[in-house]
Amino acid sequence: MEFLGILSFLIFFLIQASFFSLTSIGLNIQWGFTGLFNVGIAGFFAVGAYTTGIMTGPRYAETWFGGFGLPVPVGFLAAIIITAIVATIIGYITLRLREDFLAISTFGIAVSIQLVANNLDELTRGPEGLYSLPKPLSNLSDSPLVDNALYLVICVVVIGLVYWAFERILRSPWGRVLRAIREDEHAAMAMGKNIFIFRLQAFVLGSATMGLAGALYANFIGFISPTDFLPIFTIQIFVMVIVGGSGNNLGAILGSVVMWAVWSASDSLIAAVVSPDFQTQAAAARIVLIGLILVLMLLYRPQGLLPEKHVVSAAGRMKLKGEE
Amino acid sequence: MQFIADGILNASLIALGALGLSMTYNVLRFANFAQGEILAIGAYFALGAVTVIGAGVGVMGPIKFGWPLLVSIPVGIVCTAIVVLMVDYLVFRPLRNSNASRITLIMAAFGLSLMGRNLIHLFAGGDPKYFSFYIPKAIEILPGVKMVPDDLAIIALSAIAVVSLHMFLTRTNMGRMMRAVSENPTLARINGIDLKMIIRMTWIIGTALAVTAGTLQGHIFQAKAEMGFDMLLPMFAALILGGVGNLYGTVLGALVIGLAESFAVYFDLSAYRAAVSFMIMLAVLLVRPQGLLGERE
Repeated sequence: MEFLGILSFLIFFLIQASFFSLTSIGLNIQWGFTGLFNVGIAGFFAVGAYTTGIMTGPRYAETWFGGFGLPVPVGFLAAIIITAIVATIIGYITLRLREDFLAISTFGIAVSIQLVANNLDELTRGPEGLYSLPKPLSNLSDSPLVDNALYLVICVVVIGLVYWAFERILRSPWGRVLRAIREDEHAAMAMGKNIFIFRLQAFVLGSATMGLAGALYANFIGFISPTDFLPIFTIQIFVMVIVGGSGNNLGAILGSVVMWAVWSASDSLIAAVVSPDFQTQAAAARIVLIGLILVLMLLYRPQGLLPEKHVVSAAGRMKLKGEE
Repeated sequence: MQFIADGILNASLIALGALGLSMTYNVLRFANFAQGEILAIGAYFALGAVTVIGAGVGVMGPIKFGWPLLVSIPVGIVCTAIVVLMVDYLVFRPLRNSNASRITLIMAAFGLSLMGRNLIHLFAGGDPKYFSFYIPKAIEILPGVKMVPDDLAIIALSAIAVVSLHMFLTRTNMGRMMRAVSENPTLARINGIDLKMIIRMTWIIGTALAVTAGTLQGHIFQAKAEMGFDMLLPMFAALILGGVGNLYGTVLGALVIGLAESFAVYFDLSAYRAAVSFMIMLAVLLVRPQGLLGERE
């Protein structure tokens, strides 16, 4: 019994960590590889979650759209497409301009999405949120433990596929252009690369990944409401990517698992140690701490735990050996 | 007509905050996402000062906020400026010295903004705080347009602040040096301008404007931890709409955003106020990215 309890907690923890990991991989292609600053991560995650909620959820009495009850994979696909469309619009408008306009605009889109989630009752049911979203493979057994184990398998497969695909494209000439843009956009431009198109592709790809992560989250928890997508989520993802090492996808996953463990542990610690009267203060103190970690990392270890591997082409390696 | 009056009041607060944002944007060269928290922290310091003096004393004729509020603004500015200069020394100075990219500065500001909001939660609690509890009585200033005397005084105060900033930047040596740094930091330095002092001055002026906005906003509505964060999008929108780097543009941008927001309230879309400023901002970036009065880079 004891063992089963630990196992079920571990599975639950890993499933949650995988939502963060997938989002972190999405941010990594934007921030880590291309140097794009997206402040609207929570917004893109929310778009994915609400899209699958509307596509796969039941029909609610008060909404005038949605409740299609479609299969979950369709919901996931729709989440990717809708998030990609939103990202394309934002990216098309701002990626030609100075870099901080992207930051301001992504901040704006996250705020606006939060407003829509909170107020457009006809679509999102406002603060009450969407509930009873279907969980895939949950009709195979009666045991919640098996359900969750199967869902963990889905998460691992999705992350594995995304990781594999991203590693491939990032090693390709396309990925080299992204890094070239990050290091020196004028040099990349001088080599005849259309940096706007590359930036847009990286931005849309990363945001769509965040949308997929949101969908994965929505269909696991089964209930989504606006408070799931607050700006703190954006900071958490940044901390995970920076702690893990920006520009390294394994680092992004490692950072996500480590930081989520720290977050959950502090959660239990606060619940156990702090008296109920001071719980809200303790929660605020914990958020202050997350901000502090971000600032300290930027100051003292911007390369993270697992720094980016410097890729040298085969020809370059041979030349280096020859010089030794 | 009423919504125009409301919009101008709203715009005067946005303008103050956005001008502060514009100062840091032009001289320090990054979008300061923590500007909202400077505004909120300042409002809380000022609230503390008002509480010490005693709420309700010093009523000046029809204007109910009286001298305690006017005294609390400089108190709030001094306290907040000390905090801001400390944060600059501990965080932004080392980042500048290590030649960190503009994005790293923005990210640090974003982290500090989160910290600032939650420090307010930690020390002052999550409930909104009120500067006073009287019920304002509106007077008719034009046929069909009613305003509270306090609000008129606030518009006047904001106008004075904007004019003083204009005078400072165009008539004083310090102001001219600041403009020189914002035009070309390297050239300014060659001419013997002390960059460190200019940076400190920029923070102080940006803080002064934000704290004034925060205190006045707190007086009209209430003070809460998110008050500045909620203002951030309208402030950025005003900055971009007017044209980054053009202070008159920022005031004009604030006017447009303020009117658009109260227009939204008029049409029963008050829930989407922040989205209204975002839509205007996107439209400007698409059609005229340099803003209404900005010059092409």
